[in-house]
Amino acid sequence: MAIRIEAPLTKEKIKDLKAGDSVLISGVVYTARDAAHKKMVEALERGEELPFDMRGQIIYYVGPCPAKPGHVIGSCGPTTSGRMDAYTPVLIEKGLAGMIGKGLRDRTVIESMIQHGAVYFGAIGGAGALIAGTVKSEEIIAYEELGPEAVRKLVVEDFPAVVIIDSQGNNLYEIGKRAYRKV
Amino acid sequence: MREIDYKDIVNAVENLCISANYYLNSDVVDGLKRFRDREESPIGKDVLDKLLINAELAREKDMPICQDTGMAVVFVELGQDVHIKGGSLHEAIQQGVRQGYKKGYLRNSIVKDPLRRVNTGDNTPAVIHYEVVPGDKLKIIVAPKGFGSENMSALKMLKPSDGEKGVFDFVVRTVDEAGANPCPPMVVGVGIGGTMEKAAYLAKKALLRPVGLSNPDPYYADMEKKLLKEINKLGIGPQGLGGTTTAIAVNIEVFPTHIAGLPVAVNISCHAMRHKETII
Repeated sequence: MAIRIEAPLTKEKIKDLKAGDSVLISGVVYTARDAAHKKMVEALERGEELPFDMRGQIIYYVGPCPAKPGHVIGSCGPTTSGRMDAYTPVLIEKGLAGMIGKGLRDRTVIESMIQHGAVYFGAIGGAGALIAGTVKSEEIIAYEELGPEAVRKLVVEDFPAVVIIDSQGNNLYEIGKRAYRKV
Repeated sequence: MREIDYKDIVNAVENLCISANYYLNSDVVDGLKRFRDREESPIGKDVLDKLLINAELAREKDMPICQDTGMAVVFVELGQDVHIKGGSLHEAIQQGVRQGYKKGYLRNSIVKDPLRRVNTGDNTPAVIHYEVVPGDKLKIIVAPKGFGSENMSALKMLKPSDGEKGVFDFVVRTVDEAGANPCPPMVVGVGIGGTMEKAAYLAKKALLRPVGLSNPDPYYADMEKKLLKEINKLGIGPQGLGGTTTAIAVNIEVFPTHIAGLPVAVNISCHAMRHKETII
């Protein structure tokens, strides 16, 4: 049974979520991929403000397809999270509380998640059409020149995801694989 | 000599780009269903169900299966008795990709330079592989390739003494290291032999073979079967969440090679192995 959660996330909710929990996320999430992450980290290095206050927020790693006329958004499944690893710890230090993506994360990200309290959710890679149906509004808020990689504010309703890595560092990719591995 | 019009090629490529991204081929859908029925992990079964629902939704609503609508990889078989009039074949294909990605509301995912990284804005250029064949027909296959899986591919120049075991282990290791990243369940393309670039090309071409169809050579058909079985023991499962379905097919293509070499390439596709073809 899926747990319904609201975004942005509270400290208590982050602690409650455990690797393997199925969740339905409703509320605001922000999109960013490689190019936007690079720009955000460079902005911080220059002492500038980020496009949004990271505290409690969830970043969704996605570069959506263009919306057809009459649609909110095009297909919008997750991209591979590992490419954001180099930029992630500094955003977690700024208060980033959740990430939605797919695929493995490196040690530094997981340690930062444990230290500051953050959760990594997996969405179904390649289920872009299904996920598009959960997006209720879309607005570009920064880096428009990046096209599909611009930072967007999305309002989602019952966005399906699974807790992959919780704030204690438990990792479903390891637990799940161990349970079914026969080699 | 048969004449084919530039515009007909543009239109064909445009349509192929859109249909490949919207409509998952039935062999892949059937493969996913087959594996869903025997998946042991409940969460894995749920993921496979959602992938099937997603493919159905994309078909019904005419929208891309996945937001990574890929780099357009185009395989061309040009009959030697064909003459293209009204423009070049190369430009016709690029123009078809440009129009297809725009009209189909597909994502522009190509950067002009690998290091300076500015989006070209129209998803061109496509990667085109040409083959000249007998006859007066033009066959075009469009295979949009997403990079979640492309990034997990690998190539190794093995020694002849590494033999079948060396190839087997390299393929399994490549899949194991890919883990959740390439959106499993995967289709695994393997190219063995030739030269370095030939092996890579064969691995890509192997992905085009329908899921469930074995290599015609019983030796390689057997190896495909054993590899698939071993890969599905890795435990990675649908989306890497654990399970018995890590791949739905392993397709091997081979080519003669040098007495000193044993090149092997592994090209990984996600569960949405997309390709459409037409003959003009």
